[in-house]
Amino acid sequence: MSAHDSHGPGHDHDHEHDHGHDHDHGAGGGGHPPGHRHPHQPDIEDRPPTHYMLMTQAVGDLLIAKGIVTADELRRTLESIDATSPAAGARLVARAWLDPAFKGRMLADVNAAAAELGIDAGGIPIRAVENTPALHNLIVCTLCSCYPRLLIGLPPDWYKARAYRSRAIREPRAVLREFGTSIPDAVELRVHDSTADLRYMVLPMRPAGSESMGEGELASLVTRDSMIGVSVPRVA
Amino acid sequence: MERRRRARAGRVRGAPVIKRAPPAVDRGRSFAPGDAVRVREAYPPGHVRTPFFIRGKVGVVESHAGRHRNPEELAYGRPGDPKLSLYRVRFRQGDIWPDYAGPAQDTAVVDIYEHWLDPAEAS
Repeated sequence: MSAHDSHGPGHDHDHEHDHGHDHDHGAGGGGHPPGHRHPHQPDIEDRPPTHYMLMTQAVGDLLIAKGIVTADELRRTLESIDATSPAAGARLVARAWLDPAFKGRMLADVNAAAAELGIDAGGIPIRAVENTPALHNLIVCTLCSCYPRLLIGLPPDWYKARAYRSRAIREPRAVLREFGTSIPDAVELRVHDSTADLRYMVLPMRPAGSESMGEGELASLVTRDSMIGVSVPRVA
Repeated sequence: MERRRRARAGRVRGAPVIKRAPPAVDRGRSFAPGDAVRVREAYPPGHVRTPFFIRGKVGVVESHAGRHRNPEELAYGRPGDPKLSLYRVRFRQGDIWPDYAGPAQDTAVVDIYEHWLDPAEAS
């Protein structure tokens, strides 16, 4: 008899069940000892704060106490960081598909091309790397998690994970297959390791079937993953 | 022992202990696209932006990616001047990983600062 099988009439909970039980509470069993708790997802506060958590809190508190920023300004900045999305990058890609001259300017200087569309790509230089029938590009930051956040939003957790960071450079084709993306052997697969002062985004190929689409519809085909290079745009 | 205790006293518990890399020397080298380069096989302590897997490997300069303040200095609150050239260097995956599983034309492009690069014979 497992611990879960021993639930019975005497078993008293002081919390709502939000985890899936697949057994019957009504039958059998001898109940739980007093003070019994089911495992639950730990709260952030259940772990000791790290050095950087304390530093962040302390610096934030000091900036506010000294009147350098207000609590509302700090909140607004965090809100706008969290609100970044791949939409800005997708607009750039769609415009590049439709306008070869714009594409040329984007490949030369993404930040300036973004500014043409009223998009603030930030002060860190971003390079666009273009997929062609002979070349597929994939972006990784093996050292940390460098990512063009202002254009494609916050990085997904897997992008920051050691598994992706080590395997994307070591066995990129196997990683792509796990993402459901198969690159033919005749195509060069080029991995860009964003180790230093540049950030990268992939300029994917315009998919077949999109010939009649306008800029907005094209942009909707361009996903975050296709701008990292783990996927390619498709017409549904 | 006493000195050690004093050194530790100012440290926040849990803060990383960081050894500093020696300051980068300006080696006065510049490279053009197409130049073969070898990444220095060096293992200095401290904050370094040259990944381990690329050290000692030979690649080809793809482009110059501007001059930037040295991140090995910036990491310790120093100004990072003079600025250093950053190069995008392309390697054949088969040269990085002898047992690379993909086709021979697969490549990796890594951004590397000038003081990590020496001229090399093309492989």
